[in-house]
Amino acid sequence: MDVQAWTYLIVGITFAIYIGIAFWSKAGSTKEFYVAGGGVPPLANGMATAADWMSAASFISMAGVISFMGYDGSVYLMGWTGGYVLLALLLAPYLRKFGKFTVPDFVGDRYYSNTARTVAVICALFVSFTYVAGQMRGVGIVFSHFLKVEINEGIFIGMGVVFIYAVLGGMKGITYTQVAQYCVLIFAYMVPAIFISLLMTGQVVPQIGFGSKLPDGNYMLDTLDKLHSELGFANYTDGNKSRIDVFFITMALMVGTAGLPHVIVRFFTVPRVKDARISAGWALIFIAILYTTAPAVAVFARTNLIHTVSNRPYAEMPEWFKMWEETRLIAFDDKNGDGVIQYVKDPSKNELTIDRDIMVLANPEIANLPAWVTALVAAGGLAAALSTAAGLLLVVSTSVAHDLFKRNLFPDINEKGELIVARMSAAVAVGFAGFFGIMNFGFVAEVVAFAFGLAASSFFPAIVMGIFSRRMNKQGAIAGMITGLTFTSAYIIYFKMIFPELNNPDHLWWGISPEGIGTLGMVLNFVVSTLVSAITPAPPQDIQELVESLRYPRGAGAAAKH
Amino acid sequence: MDAQNRKKYWKINLYYLLILLSIWFIVSFGLGIILADWMNRFRIGGFKLGFWFAQQGSIYVFVILIFVYVWLMNRLDKRFDVDEK
Repeated sequence: MDVQAWTYLIVGITFAIYIGIAFWSKAGSTKEFYVAGGGVPPLANGMATAADWMSAASFISMAGVISFMGYDGSVYLMGWTGGYVLLALLLAPYLRKFGKFTVPDFVGDRYYSNTARTVAVICALFVSFTYVAGQMRGVGIVFSHFLKVEINEGIFIGMGVVFIYAVLGGMKGITYTQVAQYCVLIFAYMVPAIFISLLMTGQVVPQIGFGSKLPDGNYMLDTLDKLHSELGFANYTDGNKSRIDVFFITMALMVGTAGLPHVIVRFFTVPRVKDARISAGWALIFIAILYTTAPAVAVFARTNLIHTVSNRPYAEMPEWFKMWEETRLIAFDDKNGDGVIQYVKDPSKNELTIDRDIMVLANPEIANLPAWVTALVAAGGLAAALSTAAGLLLVVSTSVAHDLFKRNLFPDINEKGELIVARMSAAVAVGFAGFFGIMNFGFVAEVVAFAFGLAASSFFPAIVMGIFSRRMNKQGAIAGMITGLTFTSAYIIYFKMIFPELNNPDHLWWGISPEGIGTLGMVLNFVVSTLVSAITPAPPQDIQELVESLRYPRGAGAAAKH
Repeated sequence: MDAQNRKKYWKINLYYLLILLSIWFIVSFGLGIILADWMNRFRIGGFKLGFWFAQQGSIYVFVILIFVYVWLMNRLDKRFDVDEK
């Protein structure tokens, strides 16, 4: 069987499983629709969280990005895992004890204010939409790549599948589909990584493999550093960014992760406070399997690539090179006309441009692995993109149906009506996401920095202080959120959209990239809200008692039963 | 549970958080970023140590931290009788 046939087979089977699960776990109540009835076992929740978290970007692009950034790629590795420590220690157990459905629920109730709730809903919608647009595009790209359909057709197929299980199954359907999707995606990621590690270093475990010796007796990382300096690149293990920039970006990503609504909401789905703590642990283990493998894949791919192409005649390039040239993910421009590929840092002499996504997508071909492995990677990429898209769409529909309709506009709506509104807004959200994916606005990639920056500078401080400070009041929280949001957005818009040409260390504040400015926004939020709350009246007695009650796990089960 | 015990439970909780989050900060921002150049003078196998902490070690420590926290808190909940039945 060829790659095409394998791909149809494997992708077909996995899709049938996802849709089957959706029918089996159809949501019957709003509680099932929003938080899967609050009865998800922690291990399953960990897997679902991991699938929810790891998007098409983690699966397809991350290893490639790291392989071009070297040490600088650590910002993603630490940033997108370290946030789970904050989540487990500072947020998840307390929010579970609080026992409502959404983040705006918490913000609105804790700060006894519909203004705060509305600010939170707007942030949640903005963050989720930013994110989901990229996911639908990812689905389209994977489809067009492996099934040879147009990107837009791919997006429509993806919309159809997500529509079925998100609209029908709600959180319950999504959770159990995500468990299946996690298994598919991690298997699809590990198989080629292990194969390649074995081929290059004789080590089964990729995490050890990339610190091992090549057959010529030199350590792989030393060889790579040497190759890099010969070609004029910075040492792979040192990177280009200033340490302060690495620090700020890592912090913004960590804190942003902990403040993302689609991640937080997963911890509302488990039965007890205890389960919320442990399922953050499971989630991080499942995420860490991929995140510790990615840097290994990056090093393998980088070494392989330089060995295969650098200073070799174009005519001798292997078949995969030509194949990816057709899809324009690799481009060779023979500037000096010698027929040999010069791959160097200096842009006037460099003749090769490589798309970062190729590192994972073409890996099985580069390493000459069997056709079914390539098909598996396609199924894995789709699983990663679909699971994240579904999780985000659910946050959107919950925010609209629950936070806007039920809590703000029509408090009298009954359970059945609310469920219909939830399903309708999920359907509309799928439509919007597909629309953004098809239009492929160039700014989508630019605004992803926004999602983390906004979550870091608005939600995270508001929630942490809502839990750990009894004294924090509504004036403080709102002032803090608005300061953090305004500052962070202004910096990002200024340097990414209005004056992108100034986006370099000479003009940035202390060399902090827009991706890292959320860290400063968060600090400002903490300072402003503390000051404002100190000079305004303390929150009412019942709110102080609510905060007190969050601190002790007993009674969480009862709260879940209302 | 009386008010004094509640206070004590919360204080121990905060103390755990302080210790665990310090470790969280040290392995990632400390060893992996601020001290990375200095750490890179040491090696384990083919890895420079600063690089290893940034791309591998910190993630392993993160996982361990959460499980230690879970274990500590479950024990604390029982001791102060605030655990869920």
